Amino acid sequence: MKYSPWSQDAARVLLATLRDEKGPVLMALQLMQKEFGYVNPECVPLIANYFNKSRADVHGVLTFYHDLRKTPPGEHQISLCVAEACQAVGARDLEKKVKAKFPDETADGYCFGNCALGPAVMVDGKLIGRATLAKIEEARR
Amino acid sequence: MRVFVPGDSAAVSIGANDVAAAITRIDPSLTIVRNGSRGALWLEVLVEVETANGRIAYGPVMPADVQSLFDADFLNGGAHPLARGKTDEIPWLASQERITFARVGIIDPLSLEEYGQHGGLVGLRNALKSTSEIIINEVTESGLRGRGGAGFPAGIKWKTVAQTTSDQKYICCNADEGDSGTFADRMLIEGDPFTLIEGMTIAGIAVGATEGIVYLRSEYPYAISILQKAIELARVFGWLGTSVLGSTHAFDIQIRIGAGSYVCGEETAMLESIEGKRGVVRAKPPLPAIEGLFGQPTVINNVLTLSTVPMVLAQGADAYKARGVGRSLGTQVFQLGGNIARGGIVEKAFGITLNELLETYGGGTLSGNPFRAVQIGGPLGAYFSTEQLETSMDYESLIAAGGMLGHGGLVVFDDTVDLAVQAKFAMEFCAIESCGKCTPCRIGSTRGAETIDLIIQGVKVEENKKLLLDLCEVMTDGSLCAMGGLTPMPVKSAMVNFPSDFLGAAR
Repeated sequence: MKYSPWSQDAARVLLATLRDEKGPVLMALQLMQKEFGYVNPECVPLIANYFNKSRADVHGVLTFYHDLRKTPPGEHQISLCVAEACQAVGARDLEKKVKAKFPDETADGYCFGNCALGPAVMVDGKLIGRATLAKIEEARR
Repeated sequence: MRVFVPGDSAAVSIGANDVAAAITRIDPSLTIVRNGSRGALWLEVLVEVETANGRIAYGPVMPADVQSLFDADFLNGGAHPLARGKTDEIPWLASQERITFARVGIIDPLSLEEYGQHGGLVGLRNALKSTSEIIINEVTESGLRGRGGAGFPAGIKWKTVAQTTSDQKYICCNADEGDSGTFADRMLIEGDPFTLIEGMTIAGIAVGATEGIVYLRSEYPYAISILQKAIELARVFGWLGTSVLGSTHAFDIQIRIGAGSYVCGEETAMLESIEGKRGVVRAKPPLPAIEGLFGQPTVINNVLTLSTVPMVLAQGADAYKARGVGRSLGTQVFQLGGNIARGGIVEKAFGITLNELLETYGGGTLSGNPFRAVQIGGPLGAYFSTEQLETSMDYESLIAAGGMLGHGGLVVFDDTVDLAVQAKFAMEFCAIESCGKCTPCRIGSTRGAETIDLIIQGVKVEENKKLLLDLCEVMTDGSLCAMGGLTPMPVKSAMVNFPSDFLGAAR
């Protein structure tokens, strides 16, 4: 996935689009990650000042949600569903194989709503049903 | 000529986009409709052809099958090993009672014209001709209860909000469908988004709210894009905006996207998250109906609850409550997942037995191994054994059996499952997803996982089982919300219904 390089000026332009939103902090953090691939630490004071919140407020939100990351992502992101429905069809075995092969790219996910066609895996934003290591390798290309 | 290839995420996850592309490559003159899924996920990719005799189904179609479909003249309903006959006559689908899911898979999700042709907007038009009191009375009379899991009567919640006086009220749709084994909210939004918009508009008119918010999880990117397009189409149509279908009512909808937190499916944590804060649960009272989003009176309903309202208003409360048993009226959208041969959506009247769902519809396990356990109602629901297959699937019977309906998901396991491991996972999941506000949930879950680990290792098994039950009691009674309060349900049900998995080293 392609992201813009981090820039405070670009961030400010984006934050301006949320000026009229009620309760904008989470949206602002999501917008930063969507644009730059992650939430740069400089975003915390920037968002706090922009929306008249404390840095603690923004930091608190940033650290609460699993989706938000504070460092740039790698080239590929593999999110494996390890919730019950996928466990029932071998997600734990698949998890071992995928983590052994792509240790730096793989994270646990909890349900992509594909519970009748598991194991479910999200590779770079693309959902794969009845996932196998081969299918994941194919999607990574 | 029209060919239907579902755009539903589940269908796409096993190749629907490639199937659609392969069909277009061979015959570019065909119109491909990306409908929702019919719900028979075991038949996906289910390709349908519109013929003079109705829609003919082929499935499961993989991209490599497409050439042979053309060779078999599938455009005229030709014979093929994957042919399933008329879609409407496939027994798995024909025997269902589709009310909430009446249009899903049938119409083009983003065609307002088809939506109208299949009964859309009738409920809203009836509501616009009616009064707040009559609408709320109709919803109350229908017996419709919250489909998110709590089962609270929708009409009573609406009445509470309607009776408040406030300049701003909100309709919040909870589409944070985080329970493993549930996917009905996603499929409804992807397959028939206007139904949800219609239900929310009716709710707004009934309680005097002009703003609707759908809290939709980030794990559902396709649902987000479909709903956003549907909202924009509804605005252009003159449905959403300052004048709903030319009336004096104003109503508009905004989507707020979740950020990967399970506890934000709890209604007060969801409100905090919509307000842009940490998803920390609020104490009740005050009820959200009185002090909800931004401190204003707020209706919070699940996707399925709101999406059932248009039908109630179109056909009347009596038609809806004619189905079901006891105080569980109407239909439930059951979701069959996990290790099951024929998974997907089964909408049936309350009162169907667990066995009918798992055998008649589910067709046994996917692996072919004997069935051993089914978890009903998501990660906080109970594990049922083969001895409980005659349980009636309704709110009260499931509670009496030590479980709960939850959001209607069923996750099937074969005989390779170890229920002690599943119990430990329930505690671990709670430890990861707890919002951290109350101690029994935040710390109890970690101690619970450790204790179950000791039982699995065979360390002081009897003592640790007693300790675990005590901990479960503390979590049940001492937690602020269902996250900590119901995590003991899968744990205790596993211990009670599958005692042989909790014998430690003696297993």
